[in-house]
Amino acid sequence: MKGNNMCLAVPGKILSITSSGDDPLGGQLALVDFQGSRVEVSLQLLPSAREGDWVLVHAGFALQTLNDAEARELWEYLLEAEVVSGTLGETGEAVPEV
Amino acid sequence: MNQDRIQRLVREITETCEGQTAIRLMEVCGTHTVALFRSGVKSLLPKSLRLISGPGCPVCVTPQGYVNAACDVAGRPGVTVCTYGDMVRVRGRDGSLADCRGRGARIVTVYSARDALKYARQHPDEQVVFLAVGFETTAPTTAAVVMEAARGSIGNFFVLMGHKLALPAMMYLLESPEFPIDGFICPGHVSVVIGAHAYQPIVQRYRKPCAVTGFEPAQMLEGILSLVRQVARGEARVDNVYGTAVSDAGNPVARACMYDVFEIAPATWRALGNLPGSGLELREPYRRFDAAARFELETHEDFEPPGCRCGEVLQGKLEPHGCNLFGTVCNPANPIGPCMVSSEGTCAAWYKYGPPKKG
Repeated sequence: MKGNNMCLAVPGKILSITSSGDDPLGGQLALVDFQGSRVEVSLQLLPSAREGDWVLVHAGFALQTLNDAEARELWEYLLEAEVVSGTLGETGEAVPEV
Repeated sequence: MNQDRIQRLVREITETCEGQTAIRLMEVCGTHTVALFRSGVKSLLPKSLRLISGPGCPVCVTPQGYVNAACDVAGRPGVTVCTYGDMVRVRGRDGSLADCRGRGARIVTVYSARDALKYARQHPDEQVVFLAVGFETTAPTTAAVVMEAARGSIGNFFVLMGHKLALPAMMYLLESPEFPIDGFICPGHVSVVIGAHAYQPIVQRYRKPCAVTGFEPAQMLEGILSLVRQVARGEARVDNVYGTAVSDAGNPVARACMYDVFEIAPATWRALGNLPGSGLELREPYRRFDAAARFELETHEDFEPPGCRCGEVLQGKLEPHGCNLFGTVCNPANPIGPCMVSSEGTCAAWYKYGPPKKG
């Protein structure tokens, strides 16, 4: 997933939920699967999300739950539009560009 | 790509447009601009139906003063600027952030504001400035991270506020008598946060139909069909075609977070000028995270490079082909104005997917 797109949110499936690492009051973190790539996503803006849910993720945060069919349709479109490829970078962590 | 459905929708749109005077619909969101082109949907529509791109690309509407401030602070010793990738090539007075990087400034591209805060935690000796640009899809994420920084008493993390609100810009454009807009294709993911109901003022005050759609071609056509039908029947309402992604109420947790940390303030939009109530600034309890205050930066000045007509393009007054610089001096490899820099800018979309320029 290119870090460039500020409008687009991407669908993924919550594999597991843990308590937040650095920030105990920050709500939960989810491990989200994007068709094979796993990214840590904050649930601070979507505390109702549960394991197994499909969620729309933008800039590291889940914003909305989706149903299965919608998630697949959106992912298909994003693949076809080459906005996403089959896999993503590992954790989306900041890597200083030289 | 359910071709049957697409063809049926195109047929219905064409039939509805027959006998109507030209209908002008504006798509506000940069992602829609690209999607409409890329999918070929734009070329299927009747000629009397004009799709106009609006100021929906957050990078494109960022005034040059903001870029100048970002470059200025990036050049200061001990400062690291964290930014979304799309901002890196926008030119300010002294070049772009990419140019600053070339001069030794530390510029880190991030996918999320969380990454910027993480970086600040990992590098306590660096002053980290996050470029907080984007509409309501992104603003809540910045707010959540500022809250986290406050709870963690992080002293080396700052945000340079540049967030803007979509609705005030849409209403500003409706106030202009010269270039009437008959309806809006509303931004998809902004709507996830603000909710379909947020567009009611446009319907109530201006009697303009709105359709919230996703990015998939058939969906966009559904939205366009809804709009042309409403125009033909003299109706005005908000039609949500995006299904469960967008509810009437949107995401109230995200909005609450946004307005806990930020307050509504005037903001300068590239070439549109200063629009009241169209931007976000940090509320008092969080002002210590304000990069503009901490580093004495001025972000609201605007400037247009000579010959650049991005301002008119952003308002839907000019198509990219109408700009002399388009395709010649100004192209994706050498962008003059923001509409060409951003991958979602109108000019970038036209350059990549649009018809060849005549003459």
